Amino acid sequence: MDKERQQQAYENYVKKKTPVHNLPANMGKAFIAGGVICTVGQAVLNICEKLGLDKDVSGGWTSMILVVASVLLTGFNIYPRIAKWGGAGTLVPITGFANSVAAPAIEYKKEGQVMGIGCKIFTIAGPVILYGIFTSWVLGFGYWLLKVSGIIA
Amino acid sequence: MDYINAFWIGGVICALVQILLDRTKLMPGRVMVLLVCSGAVLGALHIYQPFQDFAGAGASVPLTGFGNLLWKGVKEAVDKEGFIGIFMGGFKASAVGICAALVFSYLASLMFDPKMKK
Amino acid sequence: MTKGLQSIAFKESPYLVSSASVAGKKEGEGPLGKMFDMVEKEDLFGENTWEEAESTMQKEACLLAMGKAHVEAKDVRYLFGGDLLRQGVATSMGVSELNIPLFGLFGACSTSGEALALASMSVAAGYGEYMLAVTSSHFGSAEKEFRFPLGYANQRPLSAQWTVTGSGAFLVGTKRSHVRITGVTVGKIVDYGLKDSQNMGACMAPAACDTIIRNLEDFGRKAEDYNRIITGDLGYVGQSILFDLMRGKGYDIKKNHMDCGMTIFDQMTQDTHAGGSGCGCAATTLSAYILPKVERGEWKRVLFVPTGALMSTVSYNEGASVPGIAHGIVLEHC
Repeated sequence: MDKERQQQAYENYVKKKTPVHNLPANMGKAFIAGGVICTVGQAVLNICEKLGLDKDVSGGWTSMILVVASVLLTGFNIYPRIAKWGGAGTLVPITGFANSVAAPAIEYKKEGQVMGIGCKIFTIAGPVILYGIFTSWVLGFGYWLLKVSGIIA
Repeated sequence: MDYINAFWIGGVICALVQILLDRTKLMPGRVMVLLVCSGAVLGALHIYQPFQDFAGAGASVPLTGFGNLLWKGVKEAVDKEGFIGIFMGGFKASAVGICAALVFSYLASLMFDPKMKK
Repeated sequence: MTKGLQSIAFKESPYLVSSASVAGKKEGEGPLGKMFDMVEKEDLFGENTWEEAESTMQKEACLLAMGKAHVEAKDVRYLFGGDLLRQGVATSMGVSELNIPLFGLFGACSTSGEALALASMSVAAGYGEYMLAVTSSHFGSAEKEFRFPLGYANQRPLSAQWTVTGSGAFLVGTKRSHVRITGVTVGKIVDYGLKDSQNMGACMAPAACDTIIRNLEDFGRKAEDYNRIITGDLGYVGQSILFDLMRGKGYDIKKNHMDCGMTIFDQMTQDTHAGGSGCGCAATTLSAYILPKVERGEWKRVLFVPTGALMSTVSYNEGASVPGIAHGIVLEHC
């Protein structure tokens, strides 16, 4: 008990001593970075709709183009530099997801196609897919139950 | 007009997440999971889609939009195919994003080498 | 020979005959840039992978150190070496060509202290005329193992430190030089329960405090008896915490404390947040900056205390805390 209290005390002390980023400044930068990326996405969506594509297909093109852009920027070592400035503004959009797949692919190729890239490409993004699919499955199961029991039409 | 909405709504979502990054010990991986799952849940609660209809890319580009996409896919599949739809819908809806990420990342590995940070 | 609870005072102090430092691009652009024996602008050092680059650094550092003393590899009895990577591969691959019997070590960023302690103990005990102590770290290989692949776009907290790309090798022996290793204080693990792998300084400061005080008490010295008390890589955050911890136990080392992590990079221009870290940080700074001052007699007696954080990615994921360790090496001008 005593040791736990000591450890908690040290943790609280360290928290006070450790400098933190200027939050309002970082929020501002994240706002701009994220806003720009979303605006680019909006531009793609608008072009697709003008070309007469349906909503889901437009969404697909937007995702695809943003992913390609992010992968290229990752390869040229530009996306990490934007992230240093933009923080969450580069993590939150789908471009952050793409970067988290591209970065391991590029890094781990030295360990081989199967054991390197193959095994480790999802090192960072794996949880997003696992928990995303799992959550949608749980929600879907709940939805199906509600339908089958007549609570929803 | 929709450009302005996309910009400021997407920006606000990112600014709020920045609080998580700076003031909690959450690592980026956990934050991404939180965003996807929240998007799916908000989608199921009929909150995210109306929000996305207004905000456009400001809501669909962030990972929360990806979560909403997963939910929409499962819902449509369940409506169409019943029970088995629960298993079909998620990957079907997210196919483009995941396929693009995998394919282009693999191609990138053929073209690029890791570089030191400055 | 044994002194106090954890220390050794050598009757026949071994000499630190020569040393060499090899560093990467960013380190070469830092305050100590011109003092390193070798700076390589290409962080792959002509190899294929970061791991091979780190191995090459170790080999070069050893060859340079031996060359300065006109000693050949076959004259070196044992080599004590280690690095940060899993199973210590940078060291094994790096020094294998030298054909020197090897003790592979792990002390995280305190490895330079561990290697120097063992090398000097072996010479003092008469087990050989020359011993080599070497350690290294590489930003690419360390980030890949402990944090993220290099291309991953993330923001680092202000408490995070920058792993130094560098290697330091030290030839310890009976041949006369102007620096003697007169004593060592072997550190024990000190764990204050912190679980933040992005705040290494805070994790290691308690161990540094413990070893420094143990050294002072074992040798019956005051802090002022050392021209400098030098920690490896506590960084800006860790140094501040160390001062508080020492003051709490009745010692004030603010006047003569120095930290290698704070010295090797320019915080203002190189964006290294809390400072440098890694085995190579303390090792290269010791060789390039500290030893020349002791050799010239500018500093007569210093206490070199590299610190290490004993964690693995597995232990961290499984919720374990990050304990620290620190070893003290007493270096004297002669």
